[in-house]
Amino acid sequence: MSLWKPTATTKTLKSRANLFSGIRKFFQEREVLEVETPLLGKTGVTDAYIDCFEVDLAGETKYLQSSPEYFMKRLLASGSGSIYSLGKAFRAEEVGRYHQPEFTLLEWYRLDFNEHQLMKEVADLISSLGIDSGYQTIRYLDVFEKVTSLNPHKASLKDLQKLASIASNTDFVGEDRNNCLNLIFSIYIEPKLPKGLVFVYDYPECQSALAQLKKDSEGNRVARRFEGYLDQLELANGYVELNDPEEQMVRFSRDLIIREKLGKKIIPVDTDLLESMKFGLPVCAGVAIGVDRLLMKLLNLDQICEVIPFGSIGVNSTHE
Amino acid sequence: MANYSTNEFRSGLKVIMDGDPCSILENEFVKPGKGQAFSRVRLRNLKTGRVWDKTFKSGESLEGADVTECDMQYLYNDGEYWHFMEPDTFNQHQADKKVIGDSGLWLSEQDIVMVTLHNGIPLLVTPANHVELEIIDTDPGLKGDTAQGGTKPATLSTGATIKVPLFLNIGEIVKVDTRTGEYISRA
Repeated sequence: MSLWKPTATTKTLKSRANLFSGIRKFFQEREVLEVETPLLGKTGVTDAYIDCFEVDLAGETKYLQSSPEYFMKRLLASGSGSIYSLGKAFRAEEVGRYHQPEFTLLEWYRLDFNEHQLMKEVADLISSLGIDSGYQTIRYLDVFEKVTSLNPHKASLKDLQKLASIASNTDFVGEDRNNCLNLIFSIYIEPKLPKGLVFVYDYPECQSALAQLKKDSEGNRVARRFEGYLDQLELANGYVELNDPEEQMVRFSRDLIIREKLGKKIIPVDTDLLESMKFGLPVCAGVAIGVDRLLMKLLNLDQICEVIPFGSIGVNSTHE
Repeated sequence: MANYSTNEFRSGLKVIMDGDPCSILENEFVKPGKGQAFSRVRLRNLKTGRVWDKTFKSGESLEGADVTECDMQYLYNDGEYWHFMEPDTFNQHQADKKVIGDSGLWLSEQDIVMVTLHNGIPLLVTPANHVELEIIDTDPGLKGDTAQGGTKPATLSTGATIKVPLFLNIGEIVKVDTRTGEYISRA
């Protein structure tokens, strides 16, 4: 193949443009405001497993944003009302069948929504875009226990390490709870999820990221977080947003401790976000959707670079 | 040999795993939205042929294996070793029963076969996908029975026994698929 040529066909690009206008129409009808946020920020996320590209701007380090989340929360705190953003996000990671370092993210926040209302809205959006097969919701605990017979909230770290080691054929002794659960979920649970649109919710506390915590009906501490899967492909990640600045600072610090352990660069905490939360982040739920993956599913294409005009082609991509 | 990191793993790469040379068949990069990245890799042990899956944490690395493939001529079997020669350099190599395995069923002297070498020593011998061999023993053929699907066992010049159609006779040459051990046609 000629290297100058786009990795997506013109037909696919037309579908891509239609998808964008379908998304905008959906939110316009629901009176959710489109906003643009900077791609270059003073800092990036502290999450130990998301790395931002650093850009040198006249001697000052800037970070290409891995999601518009922090800027959007500052808009919410300033009184924007419900908002959405459709734009590029960057993550310094490998290229794969479902991964590009530069990708398109749809992210939106709804005032006074809970996780169930937001899951329904994700389903409404996806159905309005042409994938209409209804949706199911299932608790993390139920799906995890059904497949592995372990309770993800109560199982000992040792038992999780043991199962993760078996699942991966690699030594997972010494790995933390979050890593063990992630690995077991990817290898054992995801392939067993039902086809179609499925939301998994009430995540273990150690995977709360930026979600609020609550007690479930059995008294387990869970995160008000959900993930949306379309035919077993991770497509959406949503939270009832944490709006307590002190708890937010605790989580930033926890992230940085893990980063330090992993020998990763410590990045400055976003104090503007913390200040805006002190001012007052309204009660809201937010979700982000990988638009390129959604288009792959809509068009039944196998490689993410096939839906992006000039996608990066990885060593393991079958695209030649 | 160089070390290869998970982001360099690709199908066909030869690496050392638990001391054995292995070939990477597939590598899928897996990265949950929140969480550690890893690579799910399918490998084939080139010594035993075993295929298995293993998950690597992103950034882990494996030592590369000095594995090469070379077309060679099969010379003869001295009872213990099978002998092969590189046609260009006349370098000779020998392989024992463990290396030859089932490939021995399809080897005729003078055949060109593919020999996989690890550190210069034969590791695997792969015969051509199709070989032509003579039937040296089988029940008498049934005249006229060319359309029916019946088969009977036949012993070939290399010692292999395969199923052939009823109409074939001793002395005839047949074409066989060495990967499945199945009769294809009369040669």
